[in-house]
Amino acid sequence: MEWQFFTEVLVGGLLSGVMYSLVAIGFVLIYKTSGVLNFAQGALLLFAALTFVSLTERGLPGWAAILLTLAAMTVIGAAIERAVLRPLVNQPPITLFMATLGVSYVIEGAAQLLWGTQVHGLDLGIDDLPLEFGGVLVSSFDLFAAAVAGAMVAALTLFFRYTRIGLGFRAVADDQLAALAVGLSLDRIWTAVWTAAGVVALVAGLVWGARLGVQFSLSLVVLKALPVLVLGGFDSIAGAIVGGLIVGAVEKLAEVYIGPFVGGGIEGWIAYVAALGFLLIRPSGLFGAKLVERV
Amino acid sequence: MTDLALEKTAAAAPHRASPALLGIGALLIVAYGVLPLVASEYLFDAILTPFLALALAGLGLNILTGYAGQVSLGSSAFMAVGAYAAYNLALRLPGVPFLVDILLAGLVAAAVGLLFGLPSLRLRGFYLAVSTLAAQFFVQWVFNKVGWFSNNSPSGIVTVPPLSVAGLPLDSSAGRYLFALGVVTAVTLAVWRLVESPTGRALVALRDHETAARVIGIPVLRVKLLAFAVSSFIIGVAGVLWAFAYLRTVEPAGFNLDRSFQILFIVIIGGLASLRGAFLGAALIVVFPLLLSRLGEALLGGLFDSGVLEMSQRIVLGLLIVTFLIAEPAGLAALLDRLWNRAWNWISGRFRRTG
Repeated sequence: MEWQFFTEVLVGGLLSGVMYSLVAIGFVLIYKTSGVLNFAQGALLLFAALTFVSLTERGLPGWAAILLTLAAMTVIGAAIERAVLRPLVNQPPITLFMATLGVSYVIEGAAQLLWGTQVHGLDLGIDDLPLEFGGVLVSSFDLFAAAVAGAMVAALTLFFRYTRIGLGFRAVADDQLAALAVGLSLDRIWTAVWTAAGVVALVAGLVWGARLGVQFSLSLVVLKALPVLVLGGFDSIAGAIVGGLIVGAVEKLAEVYIGPFVGGGIEGWIAYVAALGFLLIRPSGLFGAKLVERV
Repeated sequence: MTDLALEKTAAAAPHRASPALLGIGALLIVAYGVLPLVASEYLFDAILTPFLALALAGLGLNILTGYAGQVSLGSSAFMAVGAYAAYNLALRLPGVPFLVDILLAGLVAAAVGLLFGLPSLRLRGFYLAVSTLAAQFFVQWVFNKVGWFSNNSPSGIVTVPPLSVAGLPLDSSAGRYLFALGVVTAVTLAVWRLVESPTGRALVALRDHETAARVIGIPVLRVKLLAFAVSSFIIGVAGVLWAFAYLRTVEPAGFNLDRSFQILFIVIIGGLASLRGAFLGAALIVVFPLLLSRLGEALLGGLFDSGVLEMSQRIVLGLLIVTFLIAEPAGLAALLDRLWNRAWNWISGRFRRTG
């Protein structure tokens, strides 16, 4: 059953792509409002997962660990904004990017200095069982991750549409000067954005941690998210979702259908090459704003 | 930030030209004449030789990032290309002198750099930075997967032949250091000539305002590709030094993303668009882990194991990057300039008062 196998690979790829989208959304949130490509998003994710696991291993109940981790992520997000990005306001975007690269080193080091470097298992109580849909096997954990991503996008959409601060985000993303002119506080909104990115990192960290185990390599998922962002545009949540799906599907299909001919292990770069090839044809990405300087 | 650096160098150049030349002369005398006589094997192998290789890589990246304004996160891929090319040339063309091998290895790296530089014609900023990651992962994968490059060595790690130039064996620690020093001096001279030439000015114009550069008639596309080629050539040669003079082995894992970041950090900490910057940054990157481990042992004793050391290195390195970007975006080079000027004013002030 060739098509069945193909569908299975495709669905598996799409679902693992959702996991990439989960990380990419954190990037988009910050890029949209402050124009910073936050390389430290992966480190934040590692820190969140590691903190949560270590707290539960020390006997804290799950809800308390979540609350504490949430508090820690809020503080860290706000601290990065206050200590690193505010002094760098009006610097070229690439300087800001390099600063977040430095921040990611600090957070990775601190997380492992604090909680140790050993690998932790993380059990969210979701089994990884193969479910069958019309002859196609799908992992139940992947479905759960997709549901989480869906819930997060829905929550963010509601937040952006109906809350005051969410509207503030959109105003700042549209036009910073106009937002200032109508009396929005840029400082407060940026702090809120970074806090939100910390929360997104916590969600993504828990899902990824449950899949891969909580360890240093968790922070490397940032490298999986970058081609997603290039494909979808840095400033579009819809782009992050669709880009993630495409990258996931391309990776899995290439690994299965091209991998055997070249010795396998092409997952590491195929997404980048695909993203590059796509950009050469359509430099603004799938959903990116045309204004963004790319050509 | 870069405009500031340029202004500063432009303002400082006329009346400090001779002390600067004197300083360079003194450094060269120490490097060629004094160090080979007094330095220990540890100093050569653990500090001086890796410092030279990394400084050269920093110099190469500085042309691309500091002067031409194109950020690359894939430098170590080009180091790997240089190292593997030199290894295979030495292995498969035994009659060719090693200096020619280095030149050819640099050219191979330049060709690969040109290929991965092509997206720069359409992409800018983050998009370009991300696309250079493609080079990083793809090149590392190729050297891992294709056995031919490592002469089908089962472990993937190859030992390079001992270094010798024109029949003169240079396989001692001091010999390998002197060889690296010779190559670095020659390349640095060439780069200095390049950045002072009209082509160098074209690179800076491209960085500061691409459209304006185009308007005044700079062939932007050609200059961009040239920057990628020259930068990759130098980084490739640095890779040869890294493999042949420092490690004496080649393996793909040694040229990973962390190495690329390390080279980028050298450029940021040392100072963008500054030749001295690459050397200052490399010196800091090589020396600070050693200092940190000594300091940690002295302060914490047994608590300071290798894990803690590695993590605190990451933290300190990250803090350094952030601090330099905020407080001294023009890097160590500008910091030294400022200190020098302050010291100079203080000295001349004293003379005026007493005289």
